[in-house]
Amino acid sequence: MIDARPGRLRRVVALLGVHYDEMLEYRAELVLWMLSGSLPLILMGVWMQTAASRPMALQPIDFARYFIVLWLVRQATAVWVIYNFEAAVVEGRLSQRLLQPIDPGWHDFTEHVAERLARLPFLVALVGLFALLYPEAVWLPRPAALATGLALTAGAFMTRFAVQYTLAMVAFWSERASALQQLWFLFYIFLSGLMAPLTLFPPSVRTFAELTPFPYLVYMPTAAFLDSPAFPVDVGRAALVLTGWFVCFAVLNRWLWRRGLRRYSGMGA
Amino acid sequence: MSQRPTAAGDPVIVVDRLTKHYRVADKDPGVLGTLRHFVRRKHRVIEAVKSVSFDIAPGEIVGFLGPNGAGKTTTLKMLTGLVHPTAGSVRVAGHDPFRRAARFLEDITLVMGQKQQLIWDLPTLDSLRINAAVYRIPPAEVRPRIDRLAEMLSIGDVLAQPVRKLSLGQRMKAELLAALLHRPSIVFLDEPTLGLDVNAQTAVRAFLREYNAEVGATILLTSHYMADITALCERVLLVHDGALVYDGALADLVERFAPYREVEVELEHPVEREVLAAVAEIDTFEGRVVRWLVPRDALTQVVARALETLPVHDLRVSDPPIEQIIGRLFDGRFEGSAAPPTHPPAA
Repeated sequence: MIDARPGRLRRVVALLGVHYDEMLEYRAELVLWMLSGSLPLILMGVWMQTAASRPMALQPIDFARYFIVLWLVRQATAVWVIYNFEAAVVEGRLSQRLLQPIDPGWHDFTEHVAERLARLPFLVALVGLFALLYPEAVWLPRPAALATGLALTAGAFMTRFAVQYTLAMVAFWSERASALQQLWFLFYIFLSGLMAPLTLFPPSVRTFAELTPFPYLVYMPTAAFLDSPAFPVDVGRAALVLTGWFVCFAVLNRWLWRRGLRRYSGMGA
Repeated sequence: MSQRPTAAGDPVIVVDRLTKHYRVADKDPGVLGTLRHFVRRKHRVIEAVKSVSFDIAPGEIVGFLGPNGAGKTTTLKMLTGLVHPTAGSVRVAGHDPFRRAARFLEDITLVMGQKQQLIWDLPTLDSLRINAAVYRIPPAEVRPRIDRLAEMLSIGDVLAQPVRKLSLGQRMKAELLAALLHRPSIVFLDEPTLGLDVNAQTAVRAFLREYNAEVGATILLTSHYMADITALCERVLLVHDGALVYDGALADLVERFAPYREVEVELEHPVEREVLAAVAEIDTFEGRVVRWLVPRDALTQVVARALETLPVHDLRVSDPPIEQIIGRLFDGRFEGSAAPPTHPPAA
């Protein structure tokens, strides 16, 4: 018998649509969340000042472009699933989603994607403001660089989501899984290229950083967009490494999910 | 032995020696207690559900009764696949619930009176959009189904309002609409009328009765409001301290655990207490109204005696309220049933 019922795509479209509507309800908070991620813009000013006051391998304009693109990459890859999931497990709200014939992760994933779409107009406005304030830093990336940058950014988001959703599984065993995220964030800040471009790291630190997922989540997508000799990046390798980390965490996630569900008690629900 | 109301078909829910234990940490209060707990943890095992067995036929509406902490909600969670059983087995519509097969999840629903699935800041219609897609309801059927359920629940005019703006009763009805949009054939309800006013409770009961008749759904319902049970259920399951203590007809429950009836007389003028006590043992006596609790086999004799010896203005004979029967049963102070209230589980 042919199953004529619409499939997974319809579910994803519906979830995206409704979560987009929900995000628009929170538009004021959305702007505040965006501004709370402004550390790269502060660091931009610091590095530009430094580059202007002493001779460096990178010029102030390089830092300006690097940090504005990095800020955009961070906006596009922000993930908070661990906080939602922890609350859902601890308060028993996961039960309602477990009752539906769809993996609960789809709700969180589409919520993140919808939030990205809702942020878009504010991002465009802020980039426009930046262009007005610092017109000499404005440049148009080549289409190929734009495509690879977007692809690596999408990969970075997927990997970051997989990592955090996996750490979130600890909520089945501990009520404070988000503490792990704080620890993860410490390494993320220093090894991802958020504080400074990877090219400025001492070679040994850079080699160590490249053994971790962190530079692939921030520096590599940023460098791919910039497409400049000042920020070298091996796009193929970056894509491969991102895929590897994503698969590792996705497998670990499913394993923890199955074990965790046996411990779930639906507290409070 | 009480007779179970019969329903056609093989059981749709089969529960066999279902057991759930939770391991919980015990900690003394205060700083010392915390430090002691840090160094040497004490745990104990709570037996939330103890070897419970029963089955339910398609289309039955069964009340699931018990005091707080008796194991009702834990049992419902195991029946819906939310919680993994420690021992025993469950089959619901032929599925092991904990495997969460899509077909199984499309066939059931669980409504929890204190929990919501609707998105708080959006209109109910948006949550229904998600449910329609998640449950793969054909697009052409979505609107007619919403309209039909909204008509049954009388909430068509509020579906476009944000959920946060709805009254508690409207919200509960909207929750029911969302939970039943995919027309589940097995409905689990955990305190669906909790906190609702009398009118809303009545409306929810009427809706559930209508849904059961229209869809032929099997309903398992827990409620602290006995009116829900008496209005909807012919059969009840009674759990106490994790164990099933009664499985049978609601009417038989009264006969089994309350082998007496209430005889209440309104007198034309006050009468000495001794005269009233000569009729039967007095339960309450206030003004010109007296009430006796009378064993069923002595009922005719007592009524005749009252009519002969007293200036009776009005006389009523009734069963004691079900709340009273169950309350006494769970308090362990039920006089009419000296033996522990055991009953063989349903075959």
